Amino acid sequence: MSIALELAGVAKSFTMHLQGGVRLSIVADVTFSVRRGQCVVLAGASGAGKSSVLKMIFGSYRCDRGQILVYRGESCIDVAAAPPRGILALRHDTIGYVSQFLRAVPRVPAVDVVAEPLIAGGTPRDVARSKATRLLRRLNIGGPLWGLPPATFSGGEQQRVNIARGFLPDFPILLLDEPTASLDAANCEVVHDLIVERKRAGAAIVAIVHDPALRDRIADDVIDMGRFAAAA
Amino acid sequence: MSESHMSDDDDEPLLIAEGLGKWYGRQLGCRDVSFSLYAGEVIAVVGESGSGKSTLLQLLCGEIEPSCGRVLYRTRDGATRDLATLAEAERRFLARTDWGYVHQDAARGLRMGVSAGANVGERLMAVGARHYGRIREQAVSWLDRVEIDRERIDDSPRTYSGGMRQRLQIARNLVTQPRLILMDEPTGGLDVSVQARLLDLLRRLVADLKLSAVVVTHDLAVARLLSHRIVVMKGGSVIESGLTDQVLDDPREPYTQLLVASILPP
Amino acid sequence: MSAQGNIPVYNFAYLDEQTKRMIRRAVLKAVAIPGYQVPFASREMPMPYGWGTGGVQVTAAVLGPDDVLKVIDQGADDTANAVSIRKFFVRTAGVRTTTDTHAATVIQTRHRIPEAPLAEHQILVYQVPIPEPLRYLEPRETETRRMHALADYGLMHVKLYEDIARHGHIATTYAYPVKVEGRYVMDPSPTPKFDNPKMDHCAALQLFGAGREKRIYAIPPHTEVVSLDFEDHPFERYRLDGTCALCGSAESFLDEVITDDRGGRMFVCSDTDYCEGRRAEQPAAVAP
Repeated sequence: MSIALELAGVAKSFTMHLQGGVRLSIVADVTFSVRRGQCVVLAGASGAGKSSVLKMIFGSYRCDRGQILVYRGESCIDVAAAPPRGILALRHDTIGYVSQFLRAVPRVPAVDVVAEPLIAGGTPRDVARSKATRLLRRLNIGGPLWGLPPATFSGGEQQRVNIARGFLPDFPILLLDEPTASLDAANCEVVHDLIVERKRAGAAIVAIVHDPALRDRIADDVIDMGRFAAAA
Repeated sequence: MSESHMSDDDDEPLLIAEGLGKWYGRQLGCRDVSFSLYAGEVIAVVGESGSGKSTLLQLLCGEIEPSCGRVLYRTRDGATRDLATLAEAERRFLARTDWGYVHQDAARGLRMGVSAGANVGERLMAVGARHYGRIREQAVSWLDRVEIDRERIDDSPRTYSGGMRQRLQIARNLVTQPRLILMDEPTGGLDVSVQARLLDLLRRLVADLKLSAVVVTHDLAVARLLSHRIVVMKGGSVIESGLTDQVLDDPREPYTQLLVASILPP
Repeated sequence: MSAQGNIPVYNFAYLDEQTKRMIRRAVLKAVAIPGYQVPFASREMPMPYGWGTGGVQVTAAVLGPDDVLKVIDQGADDTANAVSIRKFFVRTAGVRTTTDTHAATVIQTRHRIPEAPLAEHQILVYQVPIPEPLRYLEPRETETRRMHALADYGLMHVKLYEDIARHGHIATTYAYPVKVEGRYVMDPSPTPKFDNPKMDHCAALQLFGAGREKRIYAIPPHTEVVSLDFEDHPFERYRLDGTCALCGSAESFLDEVITDDRGGRMFVCSDTDYCEGRRAEQPAAVAP
């Protein structure tokens, strides 16, 4: 299977100007690749920079050095060097991201939150919404909640809305940040199934998973972030 | 079925600011502002009072002339024109058909002395619509779209609340299906719930109509909600710019970090 | 004529030659740009603003010793305003005057166009209070000038739209805006909209003078003048439903005259000369 995503020598640090210019190095020399249909799990202690790596792949964080190569068909784009427009294009049809917390947009009902990326990609609204409701149901979010804005949902419910939103479109690359953190066993199982289905469809997945059991079941490769700890 | 996000049309920027600068005598309005805006993109210009963001907005639609630099706009026929070379008549025509301008104070962007329907229909009449019935139909349909009760169509905006006036202003601007909207603090002075409603409306309209927009705001939450890209201004200069979530999640410049750190938690 | 004691001596038609020249230049410019409001240096006249100073200045500038002058006010030759302006020109220009529309070469009018069709050798001078048709919608002179310059007339239709929205029909009954030669929107002065069609392709030269506002505009002979309207609410001539009680005309514009305090009223032609003319042609009629 071909490589879908490749990181080479990626480094990240923050300069906290408000704290007198203190420089916080997060990671250095991050190098790994992910093949299509493969799931790579980033493991390591809290603060090791796992979320930061996902954010850099998604383009939410800039990186100081290195390349983040996304392979799509014949073309290859370096997220680290891409202009904003390029990154927006990648987010539109290539890279999906399930963040740790749902950023709840006020007033938008759950079904629309989930359907939005699909609609933006060109799917007709009603088709997108019916797909969204099916996925929500699968994640045990019942009909009565679909029309409500998720801001009032419990943490676990919000997370499931977030998961549905990330899994609904057919992204070749999927980034998952603690997808099962607030979920019970039954819903963890659903997420496991979703990940497996995605892999089978050829998606390349980079995930942060704390639950060792889940990790073992989905990971083709486990990367210990300790290797990339930045020199103090 | 998936329509292409970027057609050939979208490969060319819709609006280009090149080294824009404006001085009022010795007083700096803004300087060295450059960016390209593509179809369907929203750029937020954030900064505090005196940052030059309102000056920038006026430069972008040719309301005021730049001291240096230029603004290029791609018209519907595909030609990219320098605003400074447009005749006043052409510019006003574009302002009426291709562009929208939403003022912070809705009263400035509306004719308070005529009915809501006339406010929405004015642009249509200005470009030659001469059928009362059809003009009114369009006005009704737009009022529905911005969630104003259609029974209020013959009321003067003086009888409208602040949020309603703002939504009417938006309808008035969108009726000729412009491609570019400039917004100056669209949620300024509105109650929080009213703001939320307005932002929701703007988000949907921008997505549905594939609008490009430049939104000037001092509210980072508005920027995060509405925009793909962000330009941070201070004292007339651009401090930092890039993807909205990138700049707000990973701010590089000291001033940007200060702005982000100053947001009150919800 | 030489001065004798305190008897004043006027230049022909009161205004000095330089002023007349200035006004004629404005008139020429106005004729060259039909419907466009030409600013002019309006003079102090021996009647207050609001009493036709604009019309008087235009008439004074175009009047010659061989002209025959008719002055009407709301269609009548014998109202105070018409009488005093006519006397003014008799005094200062010594021209012949008439009430007969056909015999006049210069007709100064306030708020009406004569019923009789005008001919090529005639000039119709209108008295205009507010020359700017957009004034009540857009108070800023800078804005209205720009609107005219850029032919940006959407606002004019907004006014008509408002009428229909509020009253179900275009409720403007006088000073009804028109478009001249497909270019400038013009206020025809507070003439009833009934008179608008008479301006279209009129054989006479039509001049408009606003003294207080200091503007002159013109419609050259045989010029297209179209009243603004909507496709589904076309322009309608409005006329009181009735016939003249004196001459029986069912076509002229009528005034309503209250005859007693018990609701009694009658309709008579607003154009007194027209009415008299018709009566003269009829066999002796019975007075009401």
